Amino acid sequence: MPTGLLAVWWVIASEIVIFGGLLASYIMHRLAHDAWQIQSANTNTTIGAFNTFVLLTSSLTAVLGHQAAEKGNGKKAARFLVFTFIGAITFTCVKAYEWSTEIAHGYTITSNTFWSFYYTAAGLHALHVIAGAIIMLFVARKAAKNIDLHHVELIGVYWHFVDVVWIFLFPLLYIAK
Amino acid sequence: MSADGHHDINYVRVYLILLALLFVSIIGPEIGIQAVTLFTAFGVALIKAYLVVKNFMHINVSPRYVTYLCATTLVFMLLFFAGTAPDVMNATGDNWRKPLWEADAAAWAAGDHSDPRAPDGAAPAHH
Repeated sequence: MPTGLLAVWWVIASEIVIFGGLLASYIMHRLAHDAWQIQSANTNTTIGAFNTFVLLTSSLTAVLGHQAAEKGNGKKAARFLVFTFIGAITFTCVKAYEWSTEIAHGYTITSNTFWSFYYTAAGLHALHVIAGAIIMLFVARKAAKNIDLHHVELIGVYWHFVDVVWIFLFPLLYIAK
Repeated sequence: MSADGHHDINYVRVYLILLALLFVSIIGPEIGIQAVTLFTAFGVALIKAYLVVKNFMHINVSPRYVTYLCATTLVFMLLFFAGTAPDVMNATGDNWRKPLWEADAAAWAAGDHSDPRAPDGAAPAHH
């Protein structure tokens, strides 16, 4: 296995502990407090579902970019990475709209423990989305010149992990009401 | 099949399955049966995560130690859950109590389901 790919898997393993611990804490408190279902009823399922759709679609473009890179087609790989980047920006913009609406309704990170978890978990995830989007631009720029095409796989694996985290955040924060 | 074993995957097909599962996870809770909600929300999430990890991240064709590495961190997470849940999820223990939690639980049991953040104590604002 290439060293870079191994490093990405190490990062993912450590991220599993970070997000896993956060989600485990959320589940414990959610099960212990019936009143949390009142708070969680205020999250917007439509927005959560749309963002899930966006991330799943961006995962598809990321893996198609990887496929193109493996065939040595740097320009095609770069194009798919740009599509993935657009997905990341869409996700972030929708998240910004969602948060501003919730804050306008009085639901802030200090409202109560549910909203503290909500903003911490979704915020940490959003930071990973933004970081991934920035890295993706650099990788796409190089890939377009057929340089370091193996980096397309590295950012792709990271991006799919970000998708997997959201796959678990979505039912926890938006479905289980 | 290619040497590393993941070139034959139809990624668009996997994506369409993921979208179908997303639809199921949204529709499931509308039925109103708790067991169905739990399965369609979390069972389907597990299936979706498996599909992404297997088909997009290609963990099945990565060296076995990658799976062991991720599995080890998952086990540590479960140990964390098992170790802390008994204290976190109970309002009282042998030598400790959580008075605020007890008050919340008593208010909930007494039928006080008001949302402190809703205007004038009204029902939660769905938006």
